[in-house]
Amino acid sequence: MDLSVIDWSDIWQATWETLVMTGVSLFFTVLLGLPLGILLFVTARRQLLEQRALYVVLSFVVNVLRSVPFLILLIVMIPVTVILIGTSLGVEGAIPPLVVGTAPFFARLVENVLREVDRGVIEACQAMGIRTSRIIFGALLPEALPGLIAAVTVTAITLMSYAAMSGVIGGGGLGDLAIRFGYQRFQTEVMVITVVLLVVLVQFIQYAGDRLVLYFTRK
Amino acid sequence: MIRIENLHKTYRAADGREVQALADIDLEIAGGEVFGIIGRSGAGKSTLIRTLNLLERPSSGRVLIDGEDITRVDREALYALRRRIGMIFQHFNLLNAKTVAQNIDWPLKATGHGNAAERTARVAELLALVGLSEHGHKYPSQLSGGQKQRVGIARALANRPRLLLCDEATSALDPETTQSILRLLLDINRQLGLTIVLITHEMQVIRTICDRVAVIDGGRIVESGKVADVFLHPRHAVTRSMVAQSDALAAASLDPAHAYMSDKLRGTLVRLTYIGDVTYQPILSRIMAGARVQVTILQGEVSSIKDVPFGQLLLELEGSEEDIRAVFAELDRHRIHHEVLQ
Repeated sequence: MDLSVIDWSDIWQATWETLVMTGVSLFFTVLLGLPLGILLFVTARRQLLEQRALYVVLSFVVNVLRSVPFLILLIVMIPVTVILIGTSLGVEGAIPPLVVGTAPFFARLVENVLREVDRGVIEACQAMGIRTSRIIFGALLPEALPGLIAAVTVTAITLMSYAAMSGVIGGGGLGDLAIRFGYQRFQTEVMVITVVLLVVLVQFIQYAGDRLVLYFTRK
Repeated sequence: MIRIENLHKTYRAADGREVQALADIDLEIAGGEVFGIIGRSGAGKSTLIRTLNLLERPSSGRVLIDGEDITRVDREALYALRRRIGMIFQHFNLLNAKTVAQNIDWPLKATGHGNAAERTARVAELLALVGLSEHGHKYPSQLSGGQKQRVGIARALANRPRLLLCDEATSALDPETTQSILRLLLDINRQLGLTIVLITHEMQVIRTICDRVAVIDGGRIVESGKVADVFLHPRHAVTRSMVAQSDALAAASLDPAHAYMSDKLRGTLVRLTYIGDVTYQPILSRIMAGARVQVTILQGEVSSIKDVPFGQLLLELEGSEEDIRAVFAELDRHRIHHEVLQ
């Protein structure tokens, strides 16, 4: 393997783009997925704001979005992305499909994390005469915080691998580099370096996430 | 203070069948008393106590608190009502992510009760009341079970309720801790004039702090009254078996079938039951001194229910029928209940 053929500035540029894609889409994924997950949880059967019809509809939409393979979603989303951003290429162009692809996944994780919160604790809050909205934001979410951080960690890693995949349709970042140089120009060195970098980034995200979970765990 | 009228609760189980959890419940609980509801698991006691703050909605019937039918109030009034009722739980149900002080502050903060300084003062006062002043900064996971329940009690009292509901509050605690929590509840009942309604499956809890008790079985109240009356003269089979289980030794001893030498028995087997000051008076000795009857004490228990002393003795009386009748007449005169077993 001859590392001298590698243009390191390209590599660092691509790494930075991957981090930006992951970071920005993670922000929007949480922004959309967290409320959606909370809504799924509270409207479910025997929960704080049981709304059978709403739950069924939300759950159906989430399932549909989750059942579309991400590669297909990338292509299907192209016209929508062009309308939203003006282009379906590069770093910006990858963000809408990333958010649409992972927000439902994250919402489901949030729903599951919230279900793990001791029912008795919520009931105790109800018995105190505390309003439901206050219970959700003052008790439910703080109690679920370690689980929510773990869910964000898992989602961040999923996003990073999806971001790499978006290289196939002209997204930026390490995936794009791997496809253009590693695959199309047979530069195995670039392929190896990209994979190594992705492995390192994923390890780091998981480590940071685990530390945060530990820090906020009071059990 | 509380009146439950003709309360029914049915719910649909997962398999679609209708399950009757409570039926024909009528109860009256006076202000300032400690009222116990005892029953086996699945008897409906948990459902019953939870209808008092509408965590469980009755299917029919009325629940009146201070004359107001709480099953008819709107959402805002229900919030206000629940703020006037404290509740503690078997598994404490503390917020793990909040410190002890924050847990106690939470009902005040979340219901917009007072400013930060007032709340801090109130939390300190409550911590002192339950003996946890040193532990305000700790998280619940760092406390023992008894300490967690003390936090639960402090939290339940934060909004100065007039009624405290205890849902199996000592069932997860060891006997010693149970006693200390019960003492605390009794202190609170006396100091603050707080009405306490508790449910339990433990006889000892009822005997230690309750004034009156209702026995629930199969969703119905089968017996109720003053604790001493219900436990010393149980009428219903369920009550009898619970009394028997609560104190195996006493139960065996007071059960004539266990009076080990029933074949050796020559005279009349009598059970005496007496409550109150008479427990500490030499009445038996006085009666027997003048009677031509031989008495053998086979078994007995002298103890107290809450602060009412009582005694229960199993005696064998030997003598003529006439002399024994004379003894019975004397017992009646001293208000000592007697029951001929054999």
